[in-house]
Amino acid sequence: MRMSLNDPTFRAIFWQVVVIGGFGLIVWWLISNTLRNLEIRAIATGWDFLTREAGFAIGESVIEFEPEHSYGRALWVGILNTLRVAIVGIVLATILGTLIGIGRLSKNWLVSRACSVYVEFMRNLPLLVQLFFWWAMFQDAFPGPREALQPLPGLFFSNRGIKMPIPAEHWIHAWMGVAFLAGIGASYFMKRWAAARQAATGEQFPVFAATLGLVLGLPFVVWLFGGAPVALDWPVMRGFNFQGGLTMTPEFAALLVGLVTYTAGFIAEIVRAGILAVPHGQTEAASALGIRKGPMLQLVILPQALRVIIPPMTSQFLNLTKNSSLAVAIGYPDLVSIANTTLNQTGQAIEGISIIMAAYLTVSLSISVFMNWYNKRIAFKER
Amino acid sequence: MKTMATVLATAVVAFAAAVPAQAQAPASSPTLDAVKARGFVQCGANGSVAGFGMPNAQGVWTGLDVDSCRAVAAAVFGDATKVRYTALTAQQRFTAIQSGEVDILARNTTWTLSRDTSLGLDFVGVNFYDGQGFMVKKSANIKSAKELNGATICVQPGTTTELNLADYFRANRIRFTPVVIERLEENIAAYLAGRCDAFTTDVSGLASVRASNTPVPADHVILPEVISKEPLGPSVRHGDQRWADIVRWSLAAMVEAEEIGLSSTNIDSQLNSTNPAIQRFVGATGGLGAMMGIDNKWAYNIVKQVGNYGESFTRNVTPLGIERGVNNLWTNGGIMYVPPVR
Repeated sequence: MRMSLNDPTFRAIFWQVVVIGGFGLIVWWLISNTLRNLEIRAIATGWDFLTREAGFAIGESVIEFEPEHSYGRALWVGILNTLRVAIVGIVLATILGTLIGIGRLSKNWLVSRACSVYVEFMRNLPLLVQLFFWWAMFQDAFPGPREALQPLPGLFFSNRGIKMPIPAEHWIHAWMGVAFLAGIGASYFMKRWAAARQAATGEQFPVFAATLGLVLGLPFVVWLFGGAPVALDWPVMRGFNFQGGLTMTPEFAALLVGLVTYTAGFIAEIVRAGILAVPHGQTEAASALGIRKGPMLQLVILPQALRVIIPPMTSQFLNLTKNSSLAVAIGYPDLVSIANTTLNQTGQAIEGISIIMAAYLTVSLSISVFMNWYNKRIAFKER
Repeated sequence: MKTMATVLATAVVAFAAAVPAQAQAPASSPTLDAVKARGFVQCGANGSVAGFGMPNAQGVWTGLDVDSCRAVAAAVFGDATKVRYTALTAQQRFTAIQSGEVDILARNTTWTLSRDTSLGLDFVGVNFYDGQGFMVKKSANIKSAKELNGATICVQPGTTTELNLADYFRANRIRFTPVVIERLEENIAAYLAGRCDAFTTDVSGLASVRASNTPVPADHVILPEVISKEPLGPSVRHGDQRWADIVRWSLAAMVEAEEIGLSSTNIDSQLNSTNPAIQRFVGATGGLGAMMGIDNKWAYNIVKQVGNYGESFTRNVTPLGIERGVNNLWTNGGIMYVPPVR
């Protein structure tokens, strides 16, 4: 390599060094300039505020939170609230989107038209508008807590949210959770064993029924061992509002419904595209081999469709998670809402924004890593 | 990393060395220079609280806070209309003033220690002594804030209100659920729809909301408890003392004018008064304006164009049904008191 710009290797290295150096300089300039300006304006910096008492209350939380807890815990409450709506939202949007995507391919005119209208309607309205719509619906359509609608005993609809009874706290519930996880683990090994046996002997095993039995049956048996507690924690109207039971607030409900129905519109199209991407010859070939409808979908169509579906689906999951930050507009205490309050009370905007960015980046990258792993697993393997 | 720290330290030291030099040249104020070059004062105001900062039906901004910005424009340019407004939510306001987006933050903002220090603000005075209260629906039949145990309460985020609320309920060992919505309009909508049992903010804000945002004001009552002290006032960025002086004394001039009996209607007839206090005030003697680097007729312009504090109060706040109360001059039994303009 000659030390001249006429040498291609030297030139390549030279320009890369220039670009990286320039980028580094810009970053350094931004950081030093910001720090200097913060210093000049006597604005506090650093992370000490995380351990200071927050002093504000939060409307709903997965973990216990009181005003005397720290800013750090308040932000953690925000992250958990974001995760809660994102996880439930992703599951529901996938189910709803898949149903609508399949529905759009239906031979029934009414079903396919209805699904098309749904997709076009949801995809073409801004999400924020939809959120405000659902929020206003929950607020204005339902009566106050004293006049709450009660479609079933113990189930109340009011503008304070949806209230339902939950099983009263009992020590056996933790063990039922363990049994549930054990059931999932056992089903996995049972499936592998059944596949190996079928490959060796050709004998089939009722995998689906056995899985159901393991996943639901095990916790049920544990519940019986615990003395089969049936006591319920009923919501009771006391003072201003219902006490006890499980609450779904209007803000959470509006955000969840808005995110799910909006994202489902996109997922429906992805599912439809995935199914249409499998050539019809595959179906015909499967029929020719005498494979029935159910196994055909499971063994022939879906494995090929999923290869098309998974990568764009990852984007939709990421979108849903990031869109949950619109919660701030309708008062759901998600990460952005709490971080905004924190940075406003402490004045430390840069730290607050970095926490928001770090949290979303962590969640989004985790989703990406998982989906990429899953994608690789189901990808077409050439032999 | 070490080199960067060194460079940073050098920059900080260089700046620290530059400070005394600035102090020796008192006429220089980066904000005042920028305002003059731009030709108007950029004022951070509320935008949705009638009587304090809100555009009227003609799109003209009015209110007690708006008047503090207009007073500064009158002092600097001799023209109270040379103001442009930025409507800020409770959460946006501090970033807006810190980043230099606005020159003055006059958005019913409470003066507190932490805001004055770690937020990098300088509060220059108080234009309204307020306190936090609760508004409930009359039909709820609540007589006292202590009866609010278990209530759902609508509150704006990023306010002292939010903190006082939590403090008050903690101190009284009662519980509440907050509903925190950033924009005031949506907050009020949630309260009116019955999502919340009570709405809380400063009593002046409650009166304003009741008068201008509720369909039937008589259906809502403001509870007697005032749970905090909220001295509201304009603030500027920390570090530009000259600009802080101008804003501070523009506000003080309005109160001083009321105290010495000057108003927008009589100030022209007082121009040739022999009273030395009035002569100093209208700029005939004393050279007070020059000390701040502005026109000596600064205070005359404020009173002529904006009015004295009492006039501003009567014009903006009285229509909301708020009594003058503690905001009366100290000579009339209130606590409105400014250092002498001399």
